[in-house]
Amino acid sequence: MSDWLCAIDHKRVGILYMLSALLFFLAGGMEAMVMRAQLAAPGLKLITPEIYNQMFTMHGTTMIFLVAMPILTGFGVYLVPLMIGANEMALPRLGALSFWLQFLGGVLLYLSFATGAAPDAGWFSYAPLTEKAFSPGAGLDYWALALLMITGGSVGSAINLIVTIATQRAPGMTMRLVPLFVWMTLVASIMIVFALPALAASLVMLLSDRLLHARFFDPAQGGAPLLWQHYFWIFGHPEVYIVVLPAFGMISEVIPVFSRKPIFGYPFVATSTVAIAFLSYGVWAHHMFAVALGRNFLAIFSAASMLIAVPTGMKIFSWVATMWGGSIRFTTAMLFAVAFLLEFTVGGLSGVAFATVPVDWQMTDTYFVVAHIHYVLFGGTVFAVLAGVHYWFPKLSGRLLDEKLGRWSFWLIVLGFNTAFFVQHFLGLLGMPRRVYTYPNLPWFGALNVISTVGAAILVFGILLFCANIAMSFFFGVTSGDDPWNAWTLEWAAASPPAIENFAEIPTVRSRRPLWDQKHPEAPDWSEA
Amino acid sequence: MAGVFSLVLVIAATVFLVVAAGVVYSSIRYRSRGLGAPEPKQIFGSRKLEVVWTVVPLLIVTGLFIVTVRAMVLIDAPQNSTHPPELVIIGHQWWWEARYPDGVVATGDIHIPASRRLLARIESADVIHDFWAPDLARKMDAVPGRWSYIWLEADTPGTYAGTCSEFCGAQHAWMRFRVVAETEPSFEAWLQRQAQPSLAPRGIAVEGARLFQTRKCGDCHAVTAAGAVSPAKGPNLAHLASREFLGSGISRNTPESLMLWLTNPQAAKPGNRMPDTKLSANEARALLAYLESLQ
Repeated sequence: MSDWLCAIDHKRVGILYMLSALLFFLAGGMEAMVMRAQLAAPGLKLITPEIYNQMFTMHGTTMIFLVAMPILTGFGVYLVPLMIGANEMALPRLGALSFWLQFLGGVLLYLSFATGAAPDAGWFSYAPLTEKAFSPGAGLDYWALALLMITGGSVGSAINLIVTIATQRAPGMTMRLVPLFVWMTLVASIMIVFALPALAASLVMLLSDRLLHARFFDPAQGGAPLLWQHYFWIFGHPEVYIVVLPAFGMISEVIPVFSRKPIFGYPFVATSTVAIAFLSYGVWAHHMFAVALGRNFLAIFSAASMLIAVPTGMKIFSWVATMWGGSIRFTTAMLFAVAFLLEFTVGGLSGVAFATVPVDWQMTDTYFVVAHIHYVLFGGTVFAVLAGVHYWFPKLSGRLLDEKLGRWSFWLIVLGFNTAFFVQHFLGLLGMPRRVYTYPNLPWFGALNVISTVGAAILVFGILLFCANIAMSFFFGVTSGDDPWNAWTLEWAAASPPAIENFAEIPTVRSRRPLWDQKHPEAPDWSEA
Repeated sequence: MAGVFSLVLVIAATVFLVVAAGVVYSSIRYRSRGLGAPEPKQIFGSRKLEVVWTVVPLLIVTGLFIVTVRAMVLIDAPQNSTHPPELVIIGHQWWWEARYPDGVVATGDIHIPASRRLLARIESADVIHDFWAPDLARKMDAVPGRWSYIWLEADTPGTYAGTCSEFCGAQHAWMRFRVVAETEPSFEAWLQRQAQPSLAPRGIAVEGARLFQTRKCGDCHAVTAAGAVSPAKGPNLAHLASREFLGSGISRNTPESLMLWLTNPQAAKPGNRMPDTKLSANEARALLAYLESLQ
């Protein structure tokens, strides 16, 4: 036990991140199911409006800060040293501190339930609803303090990843040769360092208003409610890419290996990531199109938001082109990656709809947004992570996940996810606002909502099957060997699971696929120039 | 707006079909022929293709951006108009108040003349709300301390649904409203009727009218549509009996549901700002009779 509590080895810290993300994923999923139950029919009274509002606030906050960020950080901390041929993170103690800040921040957030007043103002908690006058309970104080801790943890782990990637690469591995997962984790980490301080600043302002009688957001006292929105979304939109880019990185590892071809257009995929990072700092006001901010101002943000579709689209085409002409093995990991491609495309395209200001002027804050974010973050990020879990589980555990259970869980998750969320596009188009604890019995509302609830139940079943697969395979799975997928990156040169010291001998790298070079000495990726 | 949406839908569907076709075709055509299959040809990229799938989307979004800006100009009202608005709409937790230039105040149903556009000003009395009547106007956030303007326009007379579209607290779900668009003469007639006081109470309603004053109901609720303070503290109750819904849509306007508001407002709409009235059964009956007399 104390081995784990005091762990500073990157593999242990990485696994701690993953387990804590899984724990909070189940909590956030339960909150979602409470909401879906309440919405199953018009006018239900299973829970009070206050409880409903706590549920969606905790669900959103949990999924973003306690699931998406930590699971990706966990994979980063676990895999980056292995992929770049290092034995440890550059700053192991900072790594442990970052994890515990993150995890205990989550615990603090959940302790708010014990006070009887969990936060209830939504995951982006607009002022002045969050001011003491409108939210007198302690919930929002817990929320702000917990997020401050999580912010500290996130920035710490991001700095650690940046320093590690900058300084610990194996001899010969230039930045043009690092695996794309490492490349995208690096970009996401840099984004964390620049975006999270805006969140921290807004949280400090909120706490000052609530606890010290400051008046940053109180219009009656000369404060500005919109100040919160600007600060929050300057953090909040880069945040979307922070939890999407490392997932792109996972897809960029999984698809090539199971298509038996190198990623199509590595330089384009890598540079388009940097383009996304830059653009993501210039799109925040597209969350505020419904505010009268002035037409020219909105037009600039519309243009930037549309532009970001271009580098994102480049990636999708690159992944499809990687499959094209390959020799594709449909393992469970690859199935999740392929489903990711289609679902993320849907989420990306509905994002373009929101960049189109007149469409946003109708669809924002409806269920169309709920559908959009879930196609991006569940159909995208979660599916990519599930592909990643199936791909790297043998490295973590030395055992293969059961393919038969894997396929069952895959089809249930695909069916459940798309049933739950695709119909929400229509609910939004029909005029159902988001964040309502109930709705009138308007045409189609009841039918579409009950379909969504049934889909969510199927999804839960699929996720539970996936968890069962993890638990069973961990103890009884088939031994995988070091390199079960015949892969190309350095982590597969280490033992499964890797020894405390990842590599007895640090390898020298000459191309993006060092293990391909090893396996095909007659046709390596590099050539003597 | 419908045109812009259709355009986006067509573009999105086309792009999705291209991606899906590529994925499905590859999945079938390039499926592995078993474990012993030789490695396929190793292709590292194609500069030409990569440029194509950078430039083509760039052209698409450029076109979309031009359409977007043109539609914005058509839809959006001037935000620094010197014209006084024809209608001021104020969001409250959790109801809407509409104020007309000659002092008439409406709660619940907002009447407008059909077939011409009105300049409406959106305000908030407390937190951020969003005025959304999908058939009649763009969505507009009601931000406390700011005035925002929209064009409100119904092509044909009729009753149009609307709702608050920015989360604003416990009862965000029941912050619905209706816009009743009428011909110009019937709109004018409605304004006149609205400005008239209701008939004097009779019978038990007289006692109710007295209670309305002594129990300080009038501190928050006005019973005449004209000359009330702006913004009101509670919904205006003028001509309450002629309304179809109570509590911004949470229930139909029946004597039973109105009685619940009088005896246990937190049961009528949990979380709402109305304090407990502490009325006796007889007092509640008298007050109900009075409110029912506000035709």
